[in-house]
Amino acid sequence: MSGGAGVSQRAVLAAVALAVALPMVTACGADDVGRATESGTGAMTATVVSGDERPAAARAGAAEPVYGFGTPATAAQIAAWDIDIGPDGAGLPPGRGTVAEGLEVWERHRCILCHGPTGREGPNDVLTGRVPGDEFPFANDRSLRSTVGNYWPYATTLFDYTRRAMPFDLPGTMTDEEVYAVVGAMLYFNDLLPADAVVDSATVVDTHMPARNRFVPDNRTGGPTIR
Amino acid sequence: MEGGYETDGNGGDVDDREEGSGLTRRALIAGAAAAAGGAITAGATRGLVQEAPDPTKVPGARPVVVGSRSPHETPEKLLSGSMGGSSRTPLQELHGIMTPADLHFERHHHGIPQIDPATYRLLIHGMVERPTLFTLDDLKRFPQVSKLLFLECSGNGGGAYTSSPSPEHTPQSVDGLLSTSEWSGVALSTLFEEVGAHAEATWFLAEGSDAAVMGRSIPMEKAWDDAMIAYAQNGEAIRPEQGYPARVFLPGWEGNASVKWVRRIELADRPSMFRDETSKYTDPLPDGTARQFSFVMDAKSIITYPTYPRRLPGPGFVEISGYAWTGRGLIERVEVSTDGGDSWHDAVLQEPVLPKCTTRFRHGWEWDGGPAHLLSRATDETGYAQPIRQQVLDARGPGTRYHSNAIRGWRVARDGFIAFAPV
Ligand code: HEC
Repeated sequence: MSGGAGVSQRAVLAAVALAVALPMVTACGADDVGRATESGTGAMTATVVSGDERPAAARAGAAEPVYGFGTPATAAQIAAWDIDIGPDGAGLPPGRGTVAEGLEVWERHRCILCHGPTGREGPNDVLTGRVPGDEFPFANDRSLRSTVGNYWPYATTLFDYTRRAMPFDLPGTMTDEEVYAVVGAMLYFNDLLPADAVVDSATVVDTHMPARNRFVPDNRTGGPTIR
Repeated sequence: MEGGYETDGNGGDVDDREEGSGLTRRALIAGAAAAAGGAITAGATRGLVQEAPDPTKVPGARPVVVGSRSPHETPEKLLSGSMGGSSRTPLQELHGIMTPADLHFERHHHGIPQIDPATYRLLIHGMVERPTLFTLDDLKRFPQVSKLLFLECSGNGGGAYTSSPSPEHTPQSVDGLLSTSEWSGVALSTLFEEVGAHAEATWFLAEGSDAAVMGRSIPMEKAWDDAMIAYAQNGEAIRPEQGYPARVFLPGWEGNASVKWVRRIELADRPSMFRDETSKYTDPLPDGTARQFSFVMDAKSIITYPTYPRRLPGPGFVEISGYAWTGRGLIERVEVSTDGGDSWHDAVLQEPVLPKCTTRFRHGWEWDGGPAHLLSRATDETGYAQPIRQQVLDARGPGTRYHSNAIRGWRVARDGFIAFAPV
């Protein structure tokens, strides 16, 4: 994503700085530097014991813990909670579903009650709708509703959010196969998949999302210009 | 919409609150009562309080283990009907800069979870040397940071951005998704150093243990700067509705990214593109793009006295007062106008003036009994001055739904009645 570019550059610089700074940190000893008491900002801090003024980069990659508090996390503990799906598809589980099954899930898991028969009708968030020519006139048209078809840049987000948060009153209760299927149904409602489509991890990553390239990094910087 | 399911697809952050809402009716009644009594405090009209005997002639009450407000004081949050849940702080009933914890605004996407502090764990993993689980007690053993900071939902103020905002807005109904607390916890940089964060990590993902497992991606720079894991608010444990037992706190940034009830942080080299950083909390622009990761809350101010539904009892001295704040650091200046912007006067900034915290401003005004239009304009230390609505419209168009910070105002009529009138 474009917003990441500036940050990665920084990280590279950071890594270089780290390499340079490391011998010095070692020389000072972790005790002197690492165990500094953080100072609060402004008048609330009565005594500043010693601010940690090392550059951010020098604090990354520490070979040893500074305090030794906490317990190592096991692979199983991490796996139990590591549920996010990346835009590249990282984290998508095995399994598959079909649009046809998805339409059944849509009724069986009551998506239909809150989002309507085709995701357009509400009463809750409108999920379906395209803008002619896949234009993106949201800034100029306050009445236009953002949907999966006209606003969501990644179908991976649709899998991720549906699996963790829906159906609203019984979140996280669908099987991965059901999630693949109902994601297929929502993409089908938005004319992004055909009615006979099979949905697996590749489909979720590769489905063309009309708004994919609409997102830009924040260009507000403070100063006199209103952006 | 009171009590019903939110149907506008905005999840309750942006609430245009036009005619017919429960608020309007309530506010009208309060206004009428205040007018009838000639009183300027609407609060006094609520709740019947028994007439007390002469307090100098009877022994007073004994201390109790947990205190409570005077029965004469009944400030309340204003609830919305959003399914995830939201409530607004009664800004017009507060003094100074602090928000009592039980009046702090709320915006949840899936309700308030109940978490047992004994079994609570924070997992930090991903691009780190040592994936680690921290108990609440572990977190409390690290050196503490504690700061006075504002927290604002980026949907705050949406009701002021429409072409015809309701004149019956109160500070609470229009900008009550803003609160200020002393937040105490451990600097995220301390934890990231502890687990050996890799220098190549550019983002961290934070997820809560609410029913939405709400997640956000945050640039690592914020962790090295001033992000914290907070476990205390105004001196006591964080309230359940504010993320008990621990939450992310990102000073100056849109509230949604300060993930409550945080249970997992993963260091990564790209954002995760969560639903709340794509479908929501992005800002469409007139050129057909949408601004993403628009974290910082720009400078803003609002007069909280005198405002609707109060009525000025008659000509004479009025101390105009309100809040100013900016996510970019310090408020440098607040100007007040009483003539709709023809002339501006520097308001007094009350100490303490702290970065990324609300600043209380005051301006003494002699009301001559004629029509007046009260405005406030904040300028922050970067030189950014709070815009008028037209400037935001030019930059972002009418369809934008977050970061509504244009100048707020209040019209005072000859009879002392006050109406919301932003510019
Ligand atoms: C009880 C009502 C209810 C049911 C049942 C329900 N949803 Fe939802 N859904 C909601 C609400 C409310 C939201 C908005 C939540 C928020 O704002 O955080 C939502 C949001 C969503 C969103 C994100 C919308 C956006 O624009 O960001 C998707 C996608 C979704 N639901 C899919 C589903 C699917 C698929 C099902 C069935 C498996 C389902 N929902 C069942 C109430 C429901």
